[in-house]
Amino acid sequence: MEAEKETIIARLRQDILAWEGFKPPQPGAAGSFGLGLLESAFPNGVFPTGAIHEFISECPEESSACSGVISGLLKNLLAQGGACLWVSYTRRIYPPALKLFGIDPDRIVFVDVPRQQDVLWVAEEALKCDGVAAVICETASLTFMESRRLQLAVEQSHVTGFILRKNAKKITATACIARWKVTPVLSRLRTGMPGVGYPRWQIELLKVRNGTPGSWTVEWRHHQFRPVTREKQPEKLRRYA
Amino acid sequence: MPKRFVSIWFRHLLTDRLTIRRQELKGKAFVFAEPQRGRKVITAATATAEKYGILPGMTLADAKVIAPDLQVFDATPGRNEKLLKGLAEWCLRYTPLVAVDLPDGLLLDVTGCTHLKGGERAFLKDLVERLATLGYDVRPGMADTIGCAWGVARSAKKGLIVAPGKHRDTLIPLPPSALRLPLDLLMKLHNLGLYTVGSFIHMPKAVIRRRFNKDMVLRLYQALGQEEEFLIPMQEPMPYSERLACLEPVRTRTAIEMALTTLLETLCKRLYQEGKGLRNAVLTYYRIDGKIGTVSIGTNHPTHRCNHLFKLFSLKLDTVAPGLGIELFVLETLATEPVTDMQADLWAAKPGPDSEEVAELLDRVAGRIGVEGIQRFLPAEHFWPERSAEPTGNIAKKPVNEWRTDKPRPIQLLEPPETIEAMALTPDYPPKQFNYKGTRHVIVHTDGPERIEREWWLDQGEHRDYYTVEDEDGRRYWVFRSGHYDPDKPQHWYLHGFFA
Repeated sequence: MEAEKETIIARLRQDILAWEGFKPPQPGAAGSFGLGLLESAFPNGVFPTGAIHEFISECPEESSACSGVISGLLKNLLAQGGACLWVSYTRRIYPPALKLFGIDPDRIVFVDVPRQQDVLWVAEEALKCDGVAAVICETASLTFMESRRLQLAVEQSHVTGFILRKNAKKITATACIARWKVTPVLSRLRTGMPGVGYPRWQIELLKVRNGTPGSWTVEWRHHQFRPVTREKQPEKLRRYA
Repeated sequence: MPKRFVSIWFRHLLTDRLTIRRQELKGKAFVFAEPQRGRKVITAATATAEKYGILPGMTLADAKVIAPDLQVFDATPGRNEKLLKGLAEWCLRYTPLVAVDLPDGLLLDVTGCTHLKGGERAFLKDLVERLATLGYDVRPGMADTIGCAWGVARSAKKGLIVAPGKHRDTLIPLPPSALRLPLDLLMKLHNLGLYTVGSFIHMPKAVIRRRFNKDMVLRLYQALGQEEEFLIPMQEPMPYSERLACLEPVRTRTAIEMALTTLLETLCKRLYQEGKGLRNAVLTYYRIDGKIGTVSIGTNHPTHRCNHLFKLFSLKLDTVAPGLGIELFVLETLATEPVTDMQADLWAAKPGPDSEEVAELLDRVAGRIGVEGIQRFLPAEHFWPERSAEPTGNIAKKPVNEWRTDKPRPIQLLEPPETIEAMALTPDYPPKQFNYKGTRHVIVHTDGPERIEREWWLDQGEHRDYYTVEDEDGRRYWVFRSGHYDPDKPQHWYLHGFFA
């Protein structure tokens, strides 16, 4: 009896998700984004493309960590072709570094907007365009109304949008599908080895529509996200020099 | 289609112009005079002055005898040419082919234009009436040849429109001065008793050449249409241009948009048929108060898609100031290119950055923020971080060389590098800690140094020793020391970027 109820509820949940536009992964469709356990936070266990993702950052270190995660996600998005626009008001992205995240920097069109008000206008125009695979928009503030406009634009064209909020003073309600917060985490090296380890981040999903928020530690190694699941016993840090 | 030409004769060009500027001179007798060989000679006179018998070419002293209260103004050389150029521009609303005919006329090639005003008679009537409203006293002539139109305008008493093929009959009763001949030749003809064109039109060519000169043969046969004559238009007509004259002057945005759509549809259809695409276009609008305004657009790739071009224009339509109304729109293409094959894109799952849709998007963005804001980066063979990515505005340009991945590079680069206070233990060691914007960062992991030398052929200065450092919280920075370590001098440390 209980088991039957469970299956009915599970099926109903699937129906609701389907009505809301989340389709279960098709065999042979876009591959996994290699986010491991993190992907289970999203509905149907698939990273939602064709939606707006919001990344929160408070300082340049965090925004560069966010840029890293976005670049890692872009690698999979751009694999299927399409253009990518990086819209910003004060751009600091250093194109040669994007190659380290598996993207060809020459495929990305950088739009440097002279007026801050135009950033969202350009982003919305780009999100409406079918030939675009992904749009990254750097902005300081994002109101609910603006995020709704972007989300509506995306629902027609199925472009994936990333809003990178720099110096986000306060978190307001938005219509984005997920809110990410990425903070850099101390990298780990084998005992006694000098140098700096692979980039490692604490990815927090503060809000996921129809999903389960959570927090994960992820490392970027060999052009892939590698979830850091089993944390070794903290070894004594041998400081170099 | 048989050619039709209009010659406009401004009978009192300079004096009319002054009367327009100074209304109090209307109906007065005044002349323009300039010094020639130590005396003042009249160059232009008003209709009233001509009634007294004061004609251009008279000396001023003689004229003063006839009319003692004659007003005299100094003539400016080249003034008539300047005026005629302006009037020729004004006449562009009638036909795209207008030429200045010095010293006092304009030539219009109106082939296929007259029906737009409801026939030849209505066309000339409109032209003359509007010039009269401006204040110019003109006489037009219309014929199959330039020479005949010129002669009719200046010499015919009536019948200013010569029916097609009738120019020979029309010329016969006209005086020889209708043939654009020099004055000495006209005197000679007069002395010989040849008072009309008809008296020598039947002479054989060789006889005219022998008795007079070859100029006369040329002028006569040009007027008869047996010798080719070309009109050199003041403004080269654009190969792809469309015109739309409005029945009523328009002012509203809706009306302007409708005019634009009509023009674009015609133009795009033509471009499509000829396999061409537009790169630059200008919409010129003529207001009823004589002002002219333009709106220009540019595209990233050749296109003949009407909707897209309309969007590009509509971004800029706010700048159109219709004033009291716009009576004519002219859409011209400044640059066209052959459209490349668009089928290729169909095979790709999603089009690349140089696809048509993306190019159109970038056109719209460029229309809003300017072209210089859109750029891509191609790898450049430079080690110096600021120069290792080369910006390009070209959307389709492919990289020639590979991106380097062998060295760590920060995802965000500070330009210019910011000064930090760093503490390093020994000369070549990485910093132990540093202060940046009031925060102290204690360094746990480091990598480096990576020495990058100045490219001396490009700029001068110290080399840089770069270190990748990670602080206690896992924040990763790219810092460098400028120049060699010197115990006597303070060290200069800079923060140049943030790693992901």
